[in-house]
Amino acid sequence: MTNTPLLKVDHAGIRFGGLKAVSDVNMELKEGELVGLIGPNGAGKTTFFNLLTGVYVPTEGSIQLDGKKLNGFAPYKITKMGISRTFQNIRLFSDLSVLDNVKIAYHSLAKHSILSSILRLPPHFSGEKEMEEKAIEFLKIFKLEGVMDEQAKNLPYGQQRRLEIARALAANPRLLLLDEPAAGMNPQETEELMNLIALIREKFKLTILLIEHDMNLVMGVCERIYVLDHGQLIADGTPEQIRNNPKVIEAYLGEEVS
Amino acid sequence: MAKTLKNAKGFWGTIVIVIVLSVVIQFLINGGTLNSFYVNTLFSIGINIILAVSLHLIIGITGQFSIGHAGFLAVGAYVSAIFTMKLAMPFPVAIVAAGLAAAVAGLIIGIPTLRLRGDYLAIATLGFGEIVRIAFLNIDYVGGASGMTVSHLITWPILVACVIITIVVIVNFTNSTHGRACLAIRENEIAADAMGINTTFYKVMAFAIGAFFAGVAGALHAHNFYIIQPVNFGFLKSFDILILVVLGGLGSMSGSVIAAILLTIISTFLSSYPEVRMVIYSLVLIVMMLFRPQGLMGTKEITAFFKAGRTAKGGMQDDKHTVA
Amino acid sequence: MEQFIQQLVNGISLGSIYALIALGYTMVYGIVKLINFAHGDVFMVGAFIGFYSITFLHLGFFPALLISMAACALFGVLIERIAYKPLRNATRIAALITAIGVSLFIEYGTIYIRGAQPEAYPNNVVPLKSIELFGVKISGQSILILAVSIFLMIVLQFVVHKTKIGKAMRAVSHDQDAAKLMGINVNNTISATFAIGSALAGAAGVIFGMYYTKIEPLMGIIPGLKAFVAAVLGGIGIIPGAMVGGLLLGVIEALVSALGGSLWRDAVAFIVLILILIFRPAGLFGKNVREKV
Repeated sequence: MTNTPLLKVDHAGIRFGGLKAVSDVNMELKEGELVGLIGPNGAGKTTFFNLLTGVYVPTEGSIQLDGKKLNGFAPYKITKMGISRTFQNIRLFSDLSVLDNVKIAYHSLAKHSILSSILRLPPHFSGEKEMEEKAIEFLKIFKLEGVMDEQAKNLPYGQQRRLEIARALAANPRLLLLDEPAAGMNPQETEELMNLIALIREKFKLTILLIEHDMNLVMGVCERIYVLDHGQLIADGTPEQIRNNPKVIEAYLGEEVS
Repeated sequence: MAKTLKNAKGFWGTIVIVIVLSVVIQFLINGGTLNSFYVNTLFSIGINIILAVSLHLIIGITGQFSIGHAGFLAVGAYVSAIFTMKLAMPFPVAIVAAGLAAAVAGLIIGIPTLRLRGDYLAIATLGFGEIVRIAFLNIDYVGGASGMTVSHLITWPILVACVIITIVVIVNFTNSTHGRACLAIRENEIAADAMGINTTFYKVMAFAIGAFFAGVAGALHAHNFYIIQPVNFGFLKSFDILILVVLGGLGSMSGSVIAAILLTIISTFLSSYPEVRMVIYSLVLIVMMLFRPQGLMGTKEITAFFKAGRTAKGGMQDDKHTVA
Repeated sequence: MEQFIQQLVNGISLGSIYALIALGYTMVYGIVKLINFAHGDVFMVGAFIGFYSITFLHLGFFPALLISMAACALFGVLIERIAYKPLRNATRIAALITAIGVSLFIEYGTIYIRGAQPEAYPNNVVPLKSIELFGVKISGQSILILAVSIFLMIVLQFVVHKTKIGKAMRAVSHDQDAAKLMGINVNNTISATFAIGSALAGAAGVIFGMYYTKIEPLMGIIPGLKAFVAAVLGGIGIIPGAMVGGLLLGVIEALVSALGGSLWRDAVAFIVLILILIFRPAGLFGKNVREKV
């Protein structure tokens, strides 16, 4: 493991008009870490994800992945550089099959050109075959291979969440951002999800940053936790430190801590 | 994998049947069994299939609501006419030139406007179609309002070749990772972007390919109807093409083809009552959207109906995913 | 110079017609996020109702204007209730296609009923004298158009800002669900929006007939599209934006004509549209909003 952090966020922030949605965030993630990002509703957690993935361009500070500056790159380029994500409100390709959902994420790794597909040249067939095999491999890990021909919108909610993670993984990230992956799940599903996250992290040598409302999940799996409130980091540390941090308790006061 | 192969077989089988059928029709034409009325209808059907399939790629697959398709048709028609009538080039060269010119027009209009979403894109493409029409109206070289006379160079084999090439190219494009990228844009552009798909590139690409074949259709159109005039390429023509795609089912290529065949036949019979035709068309559009917005075929392809057993889909509907 | 001012006056007259139509587009878009393609055809129907009121019922200009506005309001509500309301939760494309369908239906339905032949508006309805201003002759009709348009826009501002229905309209366009929770009858509010917008289009139709004298069943297409351009130019959903956009577009067109590009006049609006969409898609008065991720 090298000393340069995989993700280095340096005084990053964004303002919309006069409103500072996120400001002065510093964060360093080392390769292989599983880190949580928590905070009350409206603290700017999803906005921060949008900064990392290029949906918004930071108006201040910088974001680096493995030493390379990400500011100003389009989302699809940042995905290719190695950050992929899931969405808080599920954004599957709902009319397409489960298999196609995963294949699409594998698209940026495809080598065959438009021309070879149109003319059905050999690279098309080998490329498509590789995609299909890879996609099925991912679906197997997530126990979704049995429903791979279903339309994504017909899956039960828990499977949709799993499919979204499978899809994000198929984009071959080094850093995986999960935006409330357990939202709306029952305790048993959450438990399974936690095991799954641990498994994929191990298997794919991933670094994971996780937004979650479910404190048990965060405290249970994350090695370190950052706390965001009113767009600013108010604390970071081990789950134990966070649990006892008076600032954090204050930020959550009146908020339901489930 | 087996499924993909089976689909491919069905598709190529259909192509073979079409070719055999076309050869038979060629003999009927040569033998004089088909009179000129039927031959003209067949030509119109072929041209409309190309138009419908090319727009299907833009609207049905990529989800970009473009209603200026007649603009590309016009570019193709005029460019091909200039090639054959003014430059005395062979017809096939003119067809390719027409396609390329329309594709370039597609790039010119697509690159700036495809950043727009939904309604705005619709209006921008409509505006583009009008600009093209007005431009031809003002260029004396192509005859202004009175248009250009064009020789009747279209032949059945050329038409069939163009139709088959259009369909094969668009089907091959659609059934590849590139087509899936376009489908992803249709389904959820933000997610497509987040999954590493260069959405602008694929939108422009789909637009340019669609425009290319609309241009090809324009070349065939010009060399079928003896005369081309700007008035033939107004937005009513765009709507005529749009209804083919909508009626067939947004996202179904075979649906577009079937709609193109059906509606061409119907409008041939209604050609002496143009306003009745338009009243019926407009009612069909409205009623369709109210009662069967997915069109005749939905997003399914006709091959899906021949596959038994695979249709047993569980009715697992779950509305919980409204959680924000 | 005189020529220039003359063209400017023409442009303002034309622009105020665009503005009246654009208001309906912008209000409807603001409230149901739908480009009501049929709006230009309501304008056409308004012109015909005005024409028949004047020629067959021998009414004067103002009674004809009022009848046309009332009939168009009703017509607009009918269109909304029959064609658009069932699609309120459908996809944008479905709604847009329906709007195109309704537009074609009105156009060709009209041709089917009465034929495609144009009618000539009687030009002696309002005996207004031309006046001379800085050596430029301004026709009575231009003044009338401007006066009626300005009056209607003032009334509209009053309705939108001071009346209960206006407040409801603004609430629904801001947040439909919240408005519903506050006890606002969303369906009636949307209908009222269509009624007001269509009445304005009807008025524009009568004025258009007076000014240009020729009316025909497909006359609504181009002014309708241009009015939409005007609405986009001003910032769609923004009422003052539609007024300014309409006037601006009318003036731009008149100036292009004056500079010798009269054949290109119709293309100008669309070039303006594409430019504004590229460089300032929210329009002159609009704010940029991004889709929430």
